[in-house]
Amino acid sequence: MSESNWKLWEVFLRSKNGLSHKHVGSLHAADSEMAIKNARDVYTRRSEGISIWVVPSEEITASAPDEKDPLFTPSDDKVYRHPTFYDIPDDVEHM
Amino acid sequence: MGTNVSLKDKFQAYVDAENKVEPKDWMPEKYRRTLIRQISQHAHSEIIGMQPEANWITRAPSLRAKLILLAKVQDEAGHGLYLYSAAETLGEPREKMIADLQSGKAKYSSIFNYPTPSWADMGTIGWLVDGAAIQNQVMLTRTSYGPYARAMVKICKEESFHQRQGYEIVMKLAQGTPEQRSMAQESLNRWWWPSLMMFGPSDDNSPNSEQSMQWKIKRKSNDTLRQEFIDKTVPQAEYLGLTIPDDNLKWNSERGHYDFGEIDWREFYEVIKGNGPCNKERIAHHKKST
Repeated sequence: MSESNWKLWEVFLRSKNGLSHKHVGSLHAADSEMAIKNARDVYTRRSEGISIWVVPSEEITASAPDEKDPLFTPSDDKVYRHPTFYDIPDDVEHM
Repeated sequence: MGTNVSLKDKFQAYVDAENKVEPKDWMPEKYRRTLIRQISQHAHSEIIGMQPEANWITRAPSLRAKLILLAKVQDEAGHGLYLYSAAETLGEPREKMIADLQSGKAKYSSIFNYPTPSWADMGTIGWLVDGAAIQNQVMLTRTSYGPYARAMVKICKEESFHQRQGYEIVMKLAQGTPEQRSMAQESLNRWWWPSLMMFGPSDDNSPNSEQSMQWKIKRKSNDTLRQEFIDKTVPQAEYLGLTIPDDNLKWNSERGHYDFGEIDWREFYEVIKGNGPCNKERIAHHKKST
């Protein structure tokens, strides 16, 4: 098959200005230009986007699932980072 | 071995709590293999499913009908790609999936091995075949594997157009001249039973189902989905004044469902084995295009 060496690309779409790009899926393409064209056909047939990002999948560095605990649990006990931690009387407005 | 069992238990508890599994998470090897088999089969069905409809693109009866059919067939290609991508997140290379399809190792939905000799079939396929697919796919939007569930959400949104455009074609024929009416009826006669077979073997003959339900890959059994589909579709046929080709079909007020006749499972297994009317043609055509 001719596709066998084509890279895998991750596709991100911005649905409208003011919103961030969001991951929608992936596809194979020979280069970035083709990846954009394919992403247009595969992921935006119903006006889902006004801007496309394509990123080679191999360029994405992800945190490891089994490091989830050391990475993310430390923030669980820092409740003082949330505004609801503080008792402010109802009479005090605009806060 | 001990740790292996506990990982599996942990996985089951995680799934039981309605959490989604993502690509890099630990999962039992059998869960991975089951998903690869199911998602790739699903992808192959979308891709092979383009053929019976593409058959009519050049002969669509109007420009409007042609544009719609083109858009629908393009959607099927898109659906195949979402699904291949989802299967690839499990570590299965695309080329391997395609090779397995072409060698006959991987299956696709038996429905696409039936021919489309009539324009009415474009309507019936949208109405019944896509209708049956939606029944299954709506369930799969809640499947436990994240990438598969997300692909399904997108596919379900698009399938609704497929079913409605199909019903519109059948409706036009059913409300047309006597010849057009009989085209619609003749097409329904051919597609009804194969559509019911799309849900797979009956529950007592479906060996993989139990494990898939436990892992929440599937959430409803084949027979449940089939019954839901029949209950929804019978009134739609009545509205058109068409007759569903099943003498045993009748409302059972005690069960709150339609009773229906026996499915010819011999035919189902013959088609799965490769002996349907178009199996060879479909794979030969796929090979020619790659």
